[in-house]
Amino acid sequence: MSDANESMRDVKFWPGNVVIAEAAAAAGCDFFAGYPITPSSEIAAHMAAILPKKGGHFIQMEDEIGAMGAVIGASLAGAKALTATSGPGLSLKLENLGFGYMVEAPCVIVNVMRGGPSTGLPTHPAQADVMQARWGTHGDHPTIALVPAFHHEMYTETIRAFNLAEQLRMPVLVLIDEVLGHLSDGMVPPKPGEFEIVNRPMWDGKPEDYQPYFDDKGDVPPFLPYFEGAQWHTTGLNHDETGFPTTNPELVTKQMHRLMRKVTGNRELIDSIDYYEADDAEIGIVSFGSTARAAMVAIKKAREKGIKVGMLRPLTIWPFPNKQVEEFSKKVKALIVPEFNLGQIVYEVERSVHSDMVIKRINKVGGVPINPNEILAGIEEVA
Amino acid sequence: MHFEARFSAVGGQGIILAGTILADAAHILGMHAAGSPTYTAQVRGGPTKVDVIIDSEMVLYPRTTEIDFFLSLATDSYKRFATDLKPGCVVLVDPNMVEFSKEDEEKYNLYQVPVLDLTQKELGRMVYTSAVSLGTMVALTDIVTEEATKEALKKRAPKGTEMYNLKAFQVGYDYASELLVKKA
Repeated sequence: MSDANESMRDVKFWPGNVVIAEAAAAAGCDFFAGYPITPSSEIAAHMAAILPKKGGHFIQMEDEIGAMGAVIGASLAGAKALTATSGPGLSLKLENLGFGYMVEAPCVIVNVMRGGPSTGLPTHPAQADVMQARWGTHGDHPTIALVPAFHHEMYTETIRAFNLAEQLRMPVLVLIDEVLGHLSDGMVPPKPGEFEIVNRPMWDGKPEDYQPYFDDKGDVPPFLPYFEGAQWHTTGLNHDETGFPTTNPELVTKQMHRLMRKVTGNRELIDSIDYYEADDAEIGIVSFGSTARAAMVAIKKAREKGIKVGMLRPLTIWPFPNKQVEEFSKKVKALIVPEFNLGQIVYEVERSVHSDMVIKRINKVGGVPINPNEILAGIEEVA
Repeated sequence: MHFEARFSAVGGQGIILAGTILADAAHILGMHAAGSPTYTAQVRGGPTKVDVIIDSEMVLYPRTTEIDFFLSLATDSYKRFATDLKPGCVVLVDPNMVEFSKEDEEKYNLYQVPVLDLTQKELGRMVYTSAVSLGTMVALTDIVTEEATKEALKKRAPKGTEMYNLKAFQVGYDYASELLVKKA
């Protein structure tokens, strides 16, 4: 019993929301701005408890968009900034999320998804904001969104979200749902030193020479925080290297393509996929987040019945792994796409594969998650 | 090994903490455990529950599918949350608080423990309801050991209340153990 007791000391029994807050702090997050919304509020509450003790700042803003504005402002002043919300709150943040992409402010936005549209089902889960994450804010823009499914992944993916945000100077989304946000599970958090921390590329020239969007070193312009010697202009209008607005078609085109290239040109860095029982699979599942956990149980049960099923589970849902899904589809006779909504990611799957591919959707709304037996029934239908 | 437990009551009876302590006890014993509470809009007085899933391997699907143990301390929560129960599920009700049907008695392995009366009589304060409940649960299911649960309880109990919580646990544990002897 003594060994078990020893390891028990390191086991944390945190709700997923607390895991994310702890991971953010471990990643170096020193600023949180938010507005309480179920089922994400525990992230704000936990940040309020731990950030001030680490010398960081917590602020509850007057509303969701204000919180997003505060996060971008803090980021441009050099902070590693986080906000957390749920679908209705993200709807309100979207205008400033677009501003974040435009001014290239590294920050992390967590959406603990609940049923919608509108205020929907505040205390019940859904996975219905995945398209909102990609296309919610207007205009062409790059998107990175991560979808962890387990406690240890909520920890590591939150850290990865900060790292990607910093490295590529852009907002990064983390999508979980009420199932994961409120689920307490045993986990041993990694210790500092067991994970990498990446900071944004910094301007190493004289402050007076600084041009905030000068990109001779690649697609990510080096950064100089506000109040450190240079005055620079920040605008949501298309701008040139100095940060001042421009309508010059050439410059705007150059800027827009550079913003997109930060994601399209860094897929190796951004993509992350988990394959489960996929090697000999004859039927393939593409699923993510908490629903993928139900799929894992269904896969086990199907294999006990002699049906060879495997799963491709993106941890990075945006950019969507179209090529990897295409490869996966070539090895199986049918694909099943369980998602806790009325059909969103299935569109990405459909456009990744040959038009003859058999694709079975498994969808659900109503606040009660898709359970393993529902997925097993789908497997048996196509088997 | 896979075990699903559901504690249900009305908000304020401390049932979510009981679930956490059960999960801690499972961790002490080297098992995996995950818990999901259900929230209602009311802080106190609304029907509430927590599901705890214990497994020898990592918990994959974190919600219940076939419940092995169900505790209810209020008719409201009994009616709302007596779903997904396995045939033969160990069902523990406070007979003074919960109305249940004859069919339920036949379908499930139903035990009646006057948890609230016991708590009032033996401890004098209703805050110990959850520890009494936990004691009865451990005795009836044997899914975690008495020792591990007490260790977990000591760690989670607010400072200064450890002794009373342990006593409350014992009250429930002993009552249920006697029930088991009688039933055998």
